[in-house]
Amino acid sequence: MSSAVAASPPAGTPALARPRRPSTATVWRWELRKLVSQKRTYLGIGLAAILPLIFVVVQNVHQHQGQGHGGENVFFSEITQSGLATPVLMLLFMSVFMLPLIAALVAGDIVANEDGNGTLKTILTRSVDRGQVIAAKALAAITYAVIAVYVSAVVATAAGVASWGFKSITTFSGTVVPAPKGLLLVFAANACYLIPLLSVTCIGVLLSTATRNSAASVVGTLGVVILLLIVAQIPGLEGIRPYLLTEQFENWHGLLRTPTDWAPIAHSAWVCALYAVPALFAAYLVFLRRDVAGG
Amino acid sequence: MSAEAPPVKARGLVKRYKEVLAVDHVDLNVHEGDVYGFLGPNGAGKTTTLRMALGLIMPTEGTVELFGEDPIRAGARALEGVAGFVEAPRFYPYLSARKNLELLAALDGRDARSRIDEVLEVVELSPRAEHRVGGFSHGMRQRLGIASALLRRPRLLILDEPATGLDPAGMRDMRLLIRRLAEDGITVLLSSHQLPEVQELCDRVAIVDSGRVVYEGALAELRRQGGAGYRLRTTDDARALGVARAQPGIEHAGAGEHGLSFQAGEPEVAELSLALARAGVGILALTPELATLEDLFFRLTESDGASGAAASRARGEGPIGLAGQTHVTSTPTAVKIG
Repeated sequence: MSSAVAASPPAGTPALARPRRPSTATVWRWELRKLVSQKRTYLGIGLAAILPLIFVVVQNVHQHQGQGHGGENVFFSEITQSGLATPVLMLLFMSVFMLPLIAALVAGDIVANEDGNGTLKTILTRSVDRGQVIAAKALAAITYAVIAVYVSAVVATAAGVASWGFKSITTFSGTVVPAPKGLLLVFAANACYLIPLLSVTCIGVLLSTATRNSAASVVGTLGVVILLLIVAQIPGLEGIRPYLLTEQFENWHGLLRTPTDWAPIAHSAWVCALYAVPALFAAYLVFLRRDVAGG
Repeated sequence: MSAEAPPVKARGLVKRYKEVLAVDHVDLNVHEGDVYGFLGPNGAGKTTTLRMALGLIMPTEGTVELFGEDPIRAGARALEGVAGFVEAPRFYPYLSARKNLELLAALDGRDARSRIDEVLEVVELSPRAEHRVGGFSHGMRQRLGIASALLRRPRLLILDEPATGLDPAGMRDMRLLIRRLAEDGITVLLSSHQLPEVQELCDRVAIVDSGRVVYEGALAELRRQGGAGYRLRTTDDARALGVARAQPGIEHAGAGEHGLSFQAGEPEVAELSLALARAGVGILALTPELATLEDLFFRLTESDGASGAAASRARGEGPIGLAGQTHVTSTPTAVKIG
């Protein structure tokens, strides 16, 4: 910043006209660009992608060694019969812990990290309202969770189909559905699973906003999931089980029955809303009133 | 944003953290075109006050308005035409300088994006524009902070210790830049520990101590009232001393190794010079000696500064800390001199 350059006009022209402010969509796009630029983002996506690959490799090795497949689920017996069984089994395996962990990695960090680094005050002194910032962050965390789920599904489908072919698949009801419809069901099942996962994401955003600590928020989000899993196992509490968030992780099973059972999906939609909406609203209120002094 | 409203108007600002009173009924009045120095020892409450001004933290009591808009109530709308940073400017270390500015320009809207090259040029960061900020030195981040502020075409620039951590050349360049911005019509609110910097740049100041404003007003007035003295060399110092002591309005007249010294207002000095001429004493040199900002700062903030101020307020009397002729008008929220 030499004096010569400093002396050049900095164009501090007064601007009295009310300028057009950026939209929340703009803030959201930049939240995604920030995520894309961080290594930690790829850790979760990498986990979502690599686990189906490991699964397929191991099953291929077992197949060549002539070992059978265990498990009570109908899709275990389908593994080598149709590549479309792989994404269903992966969703079954990853839905309870791994995908919530991946969602929590970003949701728990998305506000707390910026608070700790001091960049929150940088963006809050620009032309965007706090409500826009928290909305954009929540949307970015949700976007990330959606991408992680579908990366896992796409990789599992591609690896399964490459190993065992694009063939018809048998549903939980024992009905055989053709491969194109089976593919549609696989992706619809993942969409149904997103309902409870997005509630987990909203809880992560709330903890990230309230605790201002990334590690505490990520661990706390998983802690909530584990707590609900434990509560579901406590004898005498059977009455509340249908209303536990973790019980909704299996809502997609209804899609893989003939005829389609929409009841668990509809039930999970409103149960999950009971978790997601208050969490998001609380995050909004906390963010709106909080002191930003970090960094 | 009202065109007539002052850039910054704070009334009775209080910030309390449990038992700690960080800011205690602070009033600030920054006028259009001011280069306003905000001074105080570490922990005096300067940064907390600036955070409240930018809407980053909520006041426990009181209000602050930027061009007539309250940043707490109006949110981002109150920050239109306002830019700056508190403490060190922070950026995303994994993004380049240009990407950081693109992000901030996107959050500013308008034509901010088109100005990125221009502001990078102003702060001489164009050659490093594509480098990640994570590898930047402290000084480079400070310059990037200024660049990010200029993106907004500010009418009010709030800078918290902008020269901290800069080398002497960097500090000089920062001063030149701030002066240039002020000449372009930007009002500057500058928090600084660098008293020479404030003395050189600012026309009005607020001095805070222990969360309270102990002086707010024109820097020249503070210096004049804080000990406006004169040094006099004549053809006959002994005779001149007699004339001076007999002259009304001349105080503390005395002789020293380098001539006479006394304190007086400007009309009394003019009268003295005429009286010396009538007495046949020739004037070799008559030099005003204003107290430095550093002198005044320490008088206001050290020793009995805060407690003295409080005690003076409680008694409804002045002066506090400053030289004898300074008068203090007490108000419930601030102590004003003059």
